[in-house]
Amino acid sequence: MNTGYILQRLFSTLIVIFGITFVVFMIIQLVPGDPARVVLGVAASEENVAALRERLGLNRPIWEQYGSWLSELAQGDLGNSLVTGQPVLEQILQRLPATLVLATAGLIVGLLIGLPAGIMSALKPHSPLDTTTSILSQIGVSIPDFWLGILLVLLFSLTLGWLPSQGYTPFSQDPVDWFRHLILPALTVGIISGSIQTRFNRSAMLEVLHQDYIRTARAKGLREALVVNRHALRNALIPIITILGLQLTALLSAVVVVEVVFSWPGLGRLTLEAVLDRDYPLLQGAVFTIATLLALVNLGTDLLYAFIDPRIEYA
Amino acid sequence: MTEHVANSLPLQKQAPPQAESLWLDALRRLRQQPLSIFSAILVCVLILTAIFGPLLAPYDPNDIDMANRFAPPSLEHPFGTDDFGRDILSRVMVGARVSLMVGIIAVGLSATVGSALGLLAGYVGRLTDEVIMRAMDIIFAFPAILLAIAIMAALGRGVGNAMIAIGIVYIPIFARITRGSVLSVREEVYIEAARSIGSTDGRIMTRHILPNILSPIIVEITLSLSFAILAEAALSFFGLGTQPPDPSWGRMLSEGRAYFQQSVWLAIFPGLAIMLTVLGFNLLGDGLRDALDPALKT
Repeated sequence: MNTGYILQRLFSTLIVIFGITFVVFMIIQLVPGDPARVVLGVAASEENVAALRERLGLNRPIWEQYGSWLSELAQGDLGNSLVTGQPVLEQILQRLPATLVLATAGLIVGLLIGLPAGIMSALKPHSPLDTTTSILSQIGVSIPDFWLGILLVLLFSLTLGWLPSQGYTPFSQDPVDWFRHLILPALTVGIISGSIQTRFNRSAMLEVLHQDYIRTARAKGLREALVVNRHALRNALIPIITILGLQLTALLSAVVVVEVVFSWPGLGRLTLEAVLDRDYPLLQGAVFTIATLLALVNLGTDLLYAFIDPRIEYA
Repeated sequence: MTEHVANSLPLQKQAPPQAESLWLDALRRLRQQPLSIFSAILVCVLILTAIFGPLLAPYDPNDIDMANRFAPPSLEHPFGTDDFGRDILSRVMVGARVSLMVGIIAVGLSATVGSALGLLAGYVGRLTDEVIMRAMDIIFAFPAILLAIAIMAALGRGVGNAMIAIGIVYIPIFARITRGSVLSVREEVYIEAARSIGSTDGRIMTRHILPNILSPIIVEITLSLSFAILAEAALSFFGLGTQPPDPSWGRMLSEGRAYFQQSVWLAIFPGLAIMLTVLGFNLLGDGLRDALDPALKT
């Protein structure tokens, strides 16, 4: 793989992460009026407001606040929650595994839906199967993730009573119950993700199927299965992985929403709890972690497809 | 020479292809796609509901009728009533206005700011391009709904702030699309001609480049409307967007959550309204894209 490409990708990821720190830092600066007063409410005494202002460092010039926030961040110190007093990093590390599990499970479900559906559609374009798949994927793209979650709960939990409607059981405590709790949230994220993937995978596969080398393979009498498996699928893999990488942002968006619907104790729910409690250090920490995680996963995907296709270079 | 003219005569006698504008041509292609017609009808119904909904709604959407709590769908209340006995059909109809208004204003903000930044980045290039596009990369690094939630945390709850938050989140999409389009037309002869007659950069950008790159921007506006409506519904579902007692589809789903098992219609109709609206804009966006650039059609 091209070393120059790796270095340039690493450098641009670092710039993005640096930018993320700035945006996240600005959250508290954008609060209209005095953020300390907003946190404590109008009834709080002037002394308490002043103490919180001091604690959050709001008395100092903005560049100094950013510098010290950045230096603490570099040391792994994201401050303490205004509600629980617990270190923010500790709370994030507690919630991170649940988010990673849900995102991975959602991605797997999405792949299980999107890969076969996209490929089958492309193999028989404009057939009844293709039309049905297109309609279903269009509905899947248009359905609000939180509403899909609600519908699945209504059907599988409240009507059929097969699966729990919300909550979480740690894997170490009871693996079977952990899995039962995971099914509906993963299915919700997966259906949304799979619908998006189906549309892109169909296009990617169709494009490959129209290439000259596919026509040549068919012309020399190769069986259709061999044409698809050996020639088309391998070449379609690159755009499919690219799409998967681009899709991760949408997947994480769905995870954030679905966590709230299913009371899944991940970073998405933590973020919303922080917003509702006006717990700015916790909010900043959670948003920074999710965005940075995404930037790193995107870097990994870019490097992966540069590895798969050596023709890819930094443009 | 005579021979050449004679040879070319039959060609001249053929009826020249009707010269149509890009937009008329696109409209003709759009009308040939059944899905696009369906989506256009959906969008028209939504727009009409948003405009006339408050006049046509059978009841006041905030009218409380405790004697009629959780009434199932009937002739009197076609979509049933909620936990305060409010008519769900009326609330869905009035909610259309909120959804569409948030969508239009938020996307208007993203399209205006994003396209201006993209135009500038693509036309000026060099450092301006680098600075603008790296800033866009940074905004793009956040999952959309997460950034919208974070902005709402700073600005405060309410439908106005939801519009700003959603608008900011989608700026990079328009900046990227506009910049890409500017790069593809920047070196065209007509731009060079405008430059050679002494047109200012501002005039070249607004009078010559912008009209020629409008089609991808318009397609993106249609598609972004669906994202914006979804985002508003999600923010209102979280309690951050539209505030009670005003009806909003996302808010209605959030308020009815505790009663879905006993009154399933509380979950069905607002969700269906969101889905059909988003579906309408998505299909229309896809149809427009195919109509404006048939080469992209798969």
